[in-house]
Amino acid sequence: METATDSIAHHQPLVQVENLSRLYGDTVAVNQVSFKLNRGEVLGFLGPNGAGKSTTMQMITGSLAATAGQITINGYDLIDEPIQAKSCLGYLPENPPVYRELTVDEYLGYCARLHRIAGNQVKAALDEAKQHCGLQDVSSRLIGNLSKGFQQRVGLAQAIIHQPPVVILDEPTVGLDPIQIREIRSLIKSLGQERSVILSTHILPEVQATCDRVQIIRRGDLIYNASIDELNQRGKGNHLTVAFKQPPGQQALADLSGVKAVNVVDPQRFQIQFEQDDFAQKLVKTSVEKDWRLFELIPDNTSLEEIFVELTTADDVTNKPVEADAT
Amino acid sequence: MIFTIAKREITSMFLSPLAWVILAVIQAILGYMFLAQIESFYVLQPQLLQLENTPGVTDIIVAPMFSLAAIILLMIMPLVTMRSLAEEKKNKTINLLFSAPISITQLVLGKFVGLLFFIIILTSLLMLMPLSLLLGTELDMGKLSSIYIAMLLLLGSFAAIGLYLSSLTENQTIAAVSTFGALLMLWIIDWVSDSLGGSQGVISYLSLLKHHQPLLEGVFKSSDVSYYLLIMLLFLGLTIRQLDGDRLQH
Repeated sequence: METATDSIAHHQPLVQVENLSRLYGDTVAVNQVSFKLNRGEVLGFLGPNGAGKSTTMQMITGSLAATAGQITINGYDLIDEPIQAKSCLGYLPENPPVYRELTVDEYLGYCARLHRIAGNQVKAALDEAKQHCGLQDVSSRLIGNLSKGFQQRVGLAQAIIHQPPVVILDEPTVGLDPIQIREIRSLIKSLGQERSVILSTHILPEVQATCDRVQIIRRGDLIYNASIDELNQRGKGNHLTVAFKQPPGQQALADLSGVKAVNVVDPQRFQIQFEQDDFAQKLVKTSVEKDWRLFELIPDNTSLEEIFVELTTADDVTNKPVEADAT
Repeated sequence: MIFTIAKREITSMFLSPLAWVILAVIQAILGYMFLAQIESFYVLQPQLLQLENTPGVTDIIVAPMFSLAAIILLMIMPLVTMRSLAEEKKNKTINLLFSAPISITQLVLGKFVGLLFFIIILTSLLMLMPLSLLLGTELDMGKLSSIYIAMLLLLGSFAAIGLYLSSLTENQTIAAVSTFGALLMLWIIDWVSDSLGGSQGVISYLSLLKHHQPLLEGVFKSSDVSYYLLIMLLFLGLTIRQLDGDRLQH
């Protein structure tokens, strides 16, 4: 009996969210959101400020009750079996939930015991989490005296100390310096090999650097869901930035076959949008033939940003205001 | 799990100076009161000798001292309980507890047990003063334990009420003031009962003082004890409800 349910749980997605909604009074913060998170996947949750990212994450972690909908974590329903469901979770909220008066060791020890780690394994769990997050040198310092970046790392250590299958991180790189951001990103990537991660952010390169899949949420609606490969494919190579020592002029470029549009960046530099796959090769050839002296050719890979801007600032006609009779 | 939370609670309490200051101030005031009581016992002693069925040292020194302690603690307990949930809400550390694999009941009981630990430390320190009289005289140990139980029950009720009011707000000051108001109200509620005819029974039953005094005098009635246990149960239940509701509203 037990093994049967275990094997079912293994094939199921780790996190399954169905028709999740959340109202604050009459304001719809999250509207009928459904998605799945598979084992070993890093899911990027994107959206402008106030889109409902944090609300969704709070609901998945049980900090906030959903108005409607169902959340299943590792096969456990969050409402029917909250303790089992939550024990599969590690959560770093927007503000790291640290006690300023405790030292890093005291705090992480407390978190380990809260997550039911047996007394004799606490120390090992502590060491591993500290090593993962680069906290060995601050073990006995008060959390209140640490910088924001270190507090963030303590928060992260707290989220992974019990080695949960699902890690949920709400804007984990806020307040970190560029080096720390890189470290955290590589940490997230390494987490993604054994566990599933949900990561919310509004920093686009972060998603491109760490995630396997992207979801964009706007005003509570899930409006985009695709794997990162798909996304890169979608925009790849239809933009080029080129520069010539002897520029031919905008019109000459626009007349080339396969060109959709040409923007002048500066007198030598142009941004070209094209349709054909082998356009770059042709352009180089033409440049040599006509002695334009091409010295720069950069494929633009800004697809995610474009999609993000396009989707999140799209016309509001489709986004009807909440109807008052909902009450 | 409950004890993990309780331990953190008590650690944090003693990491801030507040707990130490509270213990020191109460000890100082009651120490002074204790000495004054001993002094008056010396004055009364010759007269007591002439009476039959005289009250003993425990009645004359210890009971009034703890009667005063109850009033002082009524003012001070709100300062102890105010931070327990309000601070967690304010610093958002409550999210850690909400997302951890524990139930709200465990969370609330953990907090309450933490407060009980503090209460036990506090009352035990106070108890040391009357116990020091054992060096020179005999004490009525039955009455003394009745007094100790009375203090634990009373302060436990204070803590449960304070915990509930702390769960209602993020602001510690508001939690403290409202707790003080609630405790004082329950203390004085029977002042009006003399002039009220029919409803006198109910109102005077609600009074914290009415149930405290007999216990201090060594009259151990189960109705008094269950009054305190009911108060604790009621307010812990309300706290659990409130925290559950918090996740709905926010």
